[in-house]
Amino acid sequence: MTGDGERAFTQTLERDQRVEPRDWMPDGYRRTMIRQIAQHAHSEIIGMQPEGEWITRAPTLRRKAILLAKVQDEAGHGLYLYSAAETLGADRGDLTRRLIEGRQKYSSIFNYPTLTFADVGVIGWLVDGAAICNQVPLCRSSFGPYARAMIRICKEESFHQRQGYELLMTMMTGTPAQRETVQDAVNRWWWPSLMMFGPPDADSPNTAQSMAWKIKRHTNDELRQRFVDMTVPQAQALGVTLPDGELAWNAERGHYDFGAPDWAEFKRVLAGDGPMNARRIAHRRRADADGAWVREAAAAHAAKQSRAAGQARAAEGSVPA
Amino acid sequence: MSFDDAYAALTDHQDDTRWAYGTGFSDPLAGVPTDVPGGVDAADLTAYCLMLGDDALIMSHRLQQWVTRAPELEDEMALANIALDLLGQARLLLTRAAQAEGAGRDEDDLAFRRDAADFRHVRLAERADADFAHLVARLLVFVTWRLAVLDGLRGSRDPVLAAIAAKGVKELTYHREYAAQWVVRLGDGTAESHRRMRAAMHAVWPAIGELFRPHPVPDRLAEAGVAVPAAAARAEVDAVLSQVLAAAGLPPPTATDGGATDGGAGRDGAHTAALDEILAEMQGVARATPGGLW
Repeated sequence: MTGDGERAFTQTLERDQRVEPRDWMPDGYRRTMIRQIAQHAHSEIIGMQPEGEWITRAPTLRRKAILLAKVQDEAGHGLYLYSAAETLGADRGDLTRRLIEGRQKYSSIFNYPTLTFADVGVIGWLVDGAAICNQVPLCRSSFGPYARAMIRICKEESFHQRQGYELLMTMMTGTPAQRETVQDAVNRWWWPSLMMFGPPDADSPNTAQSMAWKIKRHTNDELRQRFVDMTVPQAQALGVTLPDGELAWNAERGHYDFGAPDWAEFKRVLAGDGPMNARRIAHRRRADADGAWVREAAAAHAAKQSRAAGQARAAEGSVPA
Repeated sequence: MSFDDAYAALTDHQDDTRWAYGTGFSDPLAGVPTDVPGGVDAADLTAYCLMLGDDALIMSHRLQQWVTRAPELEDEMALANIALDLLGQARLLLTRAAQAEGAGRDEDDLAFRRDAADFRHVRLAERADADFAHLVARLLVFVTWRLAVLDGLRGSRDPVLAAIAAKGVKELTYHREYAAQWVVRLGDGTAESHRRMRAAMHAVWPAIGELFRPHPVPDRLAEAGVAVPAAAARAEVDAVLSQVLAAAGLPPPTATDGGATDGGAGRDGAHTAALDEILAEMQGVARATPGGLW
């Protein structure tokens, strides 16, 4: 039985087809997919916070509407992704517990603070830009529900990136102080954005297995290079400097050379010691605790409703025809 | 659109339709005739649009404060959606107010560069919510009332107001459904949720009377076929609230509904300290950057 299943699974991968929830799959594949999708979902939910803080403070009503719609999209992405994880037998409530108890990770980019409204634009441009580079290949992930979720998510992310970039473009035509604010935000977010692609390939032990399972299509370093190549001309058009003295076009490679992020910082933030880790989780935990009585009430009401419906059916059945 | 090329994904600029009003790049009022209809006092129309626009703007702000704090992801989405709808209504109404005023101001001047005493929303909109029960109690009252008002405005002689109302009625029908369902769930759910829901209804009740207090601006505009008189929505609101409270197993609150006895009114610029707190948050960045472009 397992032998047949395993053959079918291997064949599916070889033919570049999609693995679906009811198909046989190795336990390791299932565990890895649940972890990957859950971490992605957690990242969407935690990612609502740094920008969400600016909704009430947005300086124009149009920017407020854009930001509110974006944060709402992120909640939608989270919901969509948790549903994809549930097709593999995971439970949303359990995954949420793992997040707020610190047992599952989320993208460490959200452990940096958003200090000014320019950060909202830079997150759209760089952080969503990096997310797109990471996620576009995932539209071809071997796990069907994840790949399909990714198509929709990428489409919305690209919209967010365009809006973030447009905000920065507008701010750069504003006052000198605004231009400085944009440059300052770029300085703070550039290196953390490069870290979003994960450690260098040499230090990424899971990459080979994930590539074999076709749940990862490019290595971390390939994606990072793609992001840098895509971003440098955008930075020039914007009129900001990327804070990397080693950044230079390499005609021989046909790519930009760039410096190495501070991987020690990456490890520190990933391990929970970033500027905002404790606050992000505490916020999520508080929302969860504050909402507990509401969820209990909803469950109790639903149970009463279904009992009442059952009694009504029984009473109907007992009436002689 | 190709998903194999991240760059190509970024050039797909045509898909703005699913966005709520005004998040795109086009002029939101394009094509709508904006002349003030004959026989309508422009100052009254300005004041009336400010009233309705401020109601939506300030209520939306309070809902925005719930983002990332909702009890479930589904509610996170729903509350953001309602906040976005109300923000969209506020933008259209403030834009209309600015047009009717004809002083060269725009929606952002009105939102970010007015002081508390110049805001014209009812005080119900500015109250902070102690918990989720208070939020849904306040939301139910607010959207039930607003739906009744906008339903009447669909026939307004001002074409802009009529168009805004027609769009708003669809949105508010969903908002009312959402709020009513939660009031029923919490009223019926557990002993604790019942206690909280009852306390929340009791707390919000004294803010209701102000909604129907007669005011010369809407009353004059009603005679010109533009507005709904302030008192006109009362019967519908009372009926809906009774129905929801009964379904929730909640007794009618015994608190006074405020009525005409309770000091000044938001419609005349009398507000509570809650508004100062809201404006400090909402206007801070805009005011700290004179000449800024966003």
